[in-house]
Amino acid sequence: MAVGQALVETRALIKTFGPVRAVDGISFTVGRGEVVGFLGPNGAGKSTTMKMIAGFLEPTSGTAFVAGFDSQRDPISARNHLGYLPEGAPAYPDMTVADFLAFVAGMRGLSPAQGQRRLAELVESIDLADVWNRRIEALSKGYKRRVGIAQALVHDPDVLVLDEPTDGLDPNQKHEMRALIRTLAPTKAIIVSTHILEEVEAICTRAIVIARGKMLADGTPADLLAHAPHRDESMPQLVKTTPLEDAFRHITLDQAGV
Amino acid sequence: MRALMLIFRREFAAYFATPLAAVFLAVFVGVSTGMTFFVSNFFDRSQADLSSFFTWQPWLLLVLMPAVGMRLWAEERRLGTIELLMTLPVQPWKIVFSKWLAAFAFAGLALVFTMPLWITVNWLGSPDNGVILASYLGAWLMAGAFLAIASCISALTKNQVLAFIGAVIAGFIFVMAGFDLVLAAVRPWAPDVVVQVIASMSFIGHFQRITDGVFEASALVFFISLIAFALWLNVQILDARKAA
Repeated sequence: MAVGQALVETRALIKTFGPVRAVDGISFTVGRGEVVGFLGPNGAGKSTTMKMIAGFLEPTSGTAFVAGFDSQRDPISARNHLGYLPEGAPAYPDMTVADFLAFVAGMRGLSPAQGQRRLAELVESIDLADVWNRRIEALSKGYKRRVGIAQALVHDPDVLVLDEPTDGLDPNQKHEMRALIRTLAPTKAIIVSTHILEEVEAICTRAIVIARGKMLADGTPADLLAHAPHRDESMPQLVKTTPLEDAFRHITLDQAGV
Repeated sequence: MRALMLIFRREFAAYFATPLAAVFLAVFVGVSTGMTFFVSNFFDRSQADLSSFFTWQPWLLLVLMPAVGMRLWAEERRLGTIELLMTLPVQPWKIVFSKWLAAFAFAGLALVFTMPLWITVNWLGSPDNGVILASYLGAWLMAGAFLAIASCISALTKNQVLAFIGAVIAGFIFVMAGFDLVLAAVRPWAPDVVVQVIASMSFIGHFQRITDGVFEASALVFFISLIAFALWLNVQILDARKAA
């Protein structure tokens, strides 16, 4: 696949749950080398959009493509190119880290020998050696999240869709996770959802702001900053905010018409 | 094929990851033999057969199989692992089938643990071992049918208790299908052929013919097609929830 070609593409994705339109016409493309931050308030439709890209949910209308494959019509091919970390990093609590990752590797079509080799690499890069033979139910939140990332990387996919990969991690763990995402970035197309704004500045090449199911902004973190209203420095601030926070509040509160 | 085996192995091991398996096996063997000796008075009958054991199987399996099958999908949904499982590059029917197969194998194991009874009757007299073998196979298939129904209902909810209750109710209807309780409710308004069809759905009817030593292909076909249908429905339910 040529560099720069769209690895993820969504065309007018719409998802309704009963009377609620959770995702309302979202279209964008992500190319190799890009790390796109999905930003938005809780309930904005970030996870729902990711679930449709992963093929877990069927769009009410519109299409999502992964590496050129329709995630509904050609799900197996699409999934072969996709690593997906669902919200909350779910994993089977009764399995050990080693067994769980070997299971995923097998399901991803790696032979036992290939699987062993690949897992040995991941133990190193994701730093799982200490908990390798521990049951997942006994892991801390940080380690659980790392297992979730390892699971998404087992087959070295072109596309990574990570739903809140740093949620619940302490500052050191957050830093490590971001460093890991940065090292993966050049060879993959990565979508990361978050509601932590500093994360966007730290790792994303591009940010998409979503609120109430609609895309409100799409640009580099610097473009987003341009949305920040001018701050009168002589006015004392009750709650200290960063310029990015100002921009986010401006976009999501004003344009959504709240 | 490899995916089938991997899921089967994971699911089967999951039963033994907690004390659940041991507790279940103890309850199953305890209640089965308890019923045989104390309620059916195995010794007083002075007959070298296991009919006093098999009579209770439909009722026992009706309650215990939903306990084995309730977790199959409800737990995945509660843990969120369903999102991992259903986004792996594997066709959904393979996942549905292997999960059921693991539960079915577990049920088979439970039946194997009651086999000391079989040895006992052979020691006390000379039973018709062909009938006993057929009855064991019949009980296993019936267990498979209860499990397929439980799996199907488990796919509808993330609450295992609801899945259990739903599966017992659905199973109860199949067990009772041949009895007047169910037929009397249908007979006044439905044409005869419908009543006949419902009566032919009876788990007890099919199972009894097997334990009576009439091993007909129809009982076999009945249980296998019911399992196939329930698992097919299971796949449809998962598909429908994707679009919900």
